[in-house]
Amino acid sequence: MSARAPKKLVIYLMAMPDTPELAQAAVDAGADMIELGFPFSDPLADGPLIRRAGERSLAAGMRTGRCLEVLAATRALVGVPLIPMTYASLFDAYGWEQLEQDARSAGATSFIVPDLPSDVHPEFRRVQLAAPTSSDARLQLSAQESDGWLYLVTVTGTTGARSDLSSALPPLAARARAVTEQPLYAGFGISTPDQARAAANLTDGVVVGSRAVEAAEHGAAELAQLVSSLRSAIDEPALDSSTVA
Amino acid sequence: MSTLFGAYGGRYVPETLIPALDELTAAWSSLREDEGFRAELHDLLTNYAGRPTPLLRAERFAPDQRVYLKREDLLHTGAHKINNALGQAVIARRLGKQRIVAETGAGQHGVATATVCARFGLECIVYMGSEDMRRQAPNVERMRLLGAEVRPVEFGTRTLKEATSEAIRDWIANVDDTYYLIGSCVGPAPYPELVRELQRVIGREARAQVLAIEGRMPDAVLACVGGGSNAIGMFYDFIPDEDVRLIGVEAAGAASLGCGRGGVLHGARSSLLADEDGQIMDAHSISAGLDYPGVGPEHAYLRDTGRAQYVPCTDDEAVAAFHRLCRTEGIVPALESSHALARALDTDAELILVCLSGRGDKDLAEVLAR
Repeated sequence: MSARAPKKLVIYLMAMPDTPELAQAAVDAGADMIELGFPFSDPLADGPLIRRAGERSLAAGMRTGRCLEVLAATRALVGVPLIPMTYASLFDAYGWEQLEQDARSAGATSFIVPDLPSDVHPEFRRVQLAAPTSSDARLQLSAQESDGWLYLVTVTGTTGARSDLSSALPPLAARARAVTEQPLYAGFGISTPDQARAAANLTDGVVVGSRAVEAAEHGAAELAQLVSSLRSAIDEPALDSSTVA
Repeated sequence: MSTLFGAYGGRYVPETLIPALDELTAAWSSLREDEGFRAELHDLLTNYAGRPTPLLRAERFAPDQRVYLKREDLLHTGAHKINNALGQAVIARRLGKQRIVAETGAGQHGVATATVCARFGLECIVYMGSEDMRRQAPNVERMRLLGAEVRPVEFGTRTLKEATSEAIRDWIANVDDTYYLIGSCVGPAPYPELVRELQRVIGREARAQVLAIEGRMPDAVLACVGGGSNAIGMFYDFIPDEDVRLIGVEAAGAASLGCGRGGVLHGARSSLLADEDGQIMDAHSISAGLDYPGVGPEHAYLRDTGRAQYVPCTDDEAVAAFHRLCRTEGIVPALESSHALARALDTDAELILVCLSGRGDKDLAEVLAR
């Protein structure tokens, strides 16, 4: 096997007026990609931390139009891929094609819609998700439809920190590798550098959401510190498990 | 099986749940024609729930019309919710699921679910908004007596909307061993159709009963609509009878059909109380069971096709009808059903059926406090 390819670090931020500067701090500290949450009143896939961040974002007036402005302002500051993450209801209200078009004009690279399974609105190109419960056929469908990389949901559950990396990730990553050449990024339940390192060893990248949202609430410095610690962790060449054994 | 009712319905859920929905869809399509399943359910509905329920003429309540009440309030646990809970519990057992999660608003579905779980020895967790726990305290106690764990939902509106979201989140996290026993004809496919089929017994019985008593079809059939399960069950077998008007009665402050717009909530596209950005708005009703900003997708379809009409009823009108039925017939109706009763009195028709979906013992504190 040749030299280890660099692992990607995706940082999730909930849209707020100060998100562009926070995104810049995250990118400067080593984030390769920013997932930008457009808040929804009833976020089924999210745990308490992101749900509460969404409530604050809505209270700050972050409706779809304002979120697109935040997206454009973020695009003006950073060059990395920007991926709006939101729920089907916002697309349904705005118009699927129109929101896709307006978000791409504002700088979106792709989209993540967690309540839209792979077979619904297939014409809408987005990053698809696959879960530990997904059948092999379903994994294949998600991978085939996915835009750029496949999002592996490491837990059966909602977003939010867990004490350990899910034991569901290794078999999920192996099953996904068997059916697709797409890069695999792992997310949900990854909050610490140790978890990020372990997840990155099995995949091509990691997504850190709830913990990043929490750090961002304390300002750019704390977010930058978190991002650099995650960056160093995933860049560390892992001990090959066969040599350990 | 199609997952859509016109432009409504579908499966807007995280990928994690797709295998469980596929499994349920497959199980349901074989069970619905399965003699053993039908016999087991029929026996439970007859001997455990108390079907068939009577169709009673409310002569003093509506002296100028012939209004008949379909007495779902007389069922075990006091509401139509038991029809659905029994059917889904039998399905859950056939799927080998030992843990049941449910949401509840007024507590009637929570009580029905806790009841069937006790009967079958299943673990039962019911999510309920803390505001609804306050409004419907007796039902909280009943669920606990029956061995269910009632988990308060302390965020957002603290009502049915958030309780439903939390039940779905629990299901996502525990989908391997958990069955989501949804309480209304809402949620991702196949739930809206499944719940309708389990509630259809209401209209099937009522149609045969009115034919036997009156020798003709009614002019109008009324039912209250929150999520809409008693209404879809009452309406469905009358749909081919084109001269029968189908009238759903919504709480004026929760009129997702009368004032709503298309949107996606809790796994399905339907008509919702939502703003122009697709954010779900708060509903307001004195009746916890109607206090929901969404509605079953099939009702949105029936509205669009014109086969059913949906009209509002205020809190005050519902409370007035509640008192009137108590005083004129000696029946204490649920506040939810009182909405349908109120509109029956001003419906311009001679022969009317009203689904009296539940009894009102749970509502005494709320009514007496006014």
